[in-house]
Amino acid sequence: MNHQQDTLKLGPYQFTSRLFVGTGKYSSFELMQQALEASGCQVVTVAVRRERLFDSRQRNILDFLDRNRYTLLPNTAGCFSAEDAIRVARLGRELLALDWVKLEVLGDKKTLLPDPIGTLEATQTLVKEGFTVLVYTNDDPVMARKLEDAGATSVMPAAAPIGSGQGVLNPYNIRIILEQAKVPIIVDAGVGTASDVTIAMELGADGVLLNTGVAAAKDPVQMALAMRHAIAAGRLAFLAGRIPRKIYASASSPLDGTIAPTVR
Amino acid sequence: MQVTVNGEPRDLPDGATVADLLCQLGLTGPLAVELNRQLCSKPRHADTILKNGDQLEIVTIVGGG
Repeated sequence: MNHQQDTLKLGPYQFTSRLFVGTGKYSSFELMQQALEASGCQVVTVAVRRERLFDSRQRNILDFLDRNRYTLLPNTAGCFSAEDAIRVARLGRELLALDWVKLEVLGDKKTLLPDPIGTLEATQTLVKEGFTVLVYTNDDPVMARKLEDAGATSVMPAAAPIGSGQGVLNPYNIRIILEQAKVPIIVDAGVGTASDVTIAMELGADGVLLNTGVAAAKDPVQMALAMRHAIAAGRLAFLAGRIPRKIYASASSPLDGTIAPTVR
Repeated sequence: MQVTVNGEPRDLPDGATVADLLCQLGLTGPLAVELNRQLCSKPRHADTILKNGDQLEIVTIVGGG
């Protein structure tokens, strides 16, 4: 199979890298640039926040993101109502002149778990307004299906709480979501290290979105490189078709032709 | 008149537009403006006249996951 053709299609967009990386939490813009480059990603998420009115000479992150290389995906992080998320999505569209959004409607400040009702409402409204909606959600297969029916271009179930680094906590739910899905499923949030990414891809995920796992690693550039390998390994392994898990052994070497055993 | 910008009060001359406000603030980078919870897109900055009590959000892109 031609691996160059294994592209991820999201509405009008098409990518060869299935790793989406966030731009938050880096200790410097320069480090962020190096990490993004090492990751091989093509999509980076950004947030929308109030402009500083008294120190506007501060550097803007957009000066450090090559828009010929990266497609920026604005998020609605920090929104705790559908109305706020819709407002932020519109502002993001105005800022970047892009019609897509990573929709987050949060329900709780400590866990950053999504508010399912607000998430569904915002998805419905934004889809009507012509947005390509990639929606952050929990790993409830019923919720995933409702968001898909509401017109989300991608459903993005969390592996674990945002920034928690726990990896895929409920692979069974993720698998159910994947089996029933008609849209790409991108595992978003909670990824801690490379194997978490590989596990998600081996389950059959169409992509993985992460931020803290790279930005807060001791060596973000090294970790970004690890994630690059991880996403490729997981995708290849999934496409290659793994062997089943068995209780008993199945010898790899031939059974006949062994020398006569020593009889004592 | 007084408007609120990013949660802070600000005095403006009567008849000031959104463009006038941005000029007064000296903001030149990439930004988007919301007036009373409605998006005020760039082409409308110059002819959107502000009123006393208007609430504005001026936002930009920052890092995020």
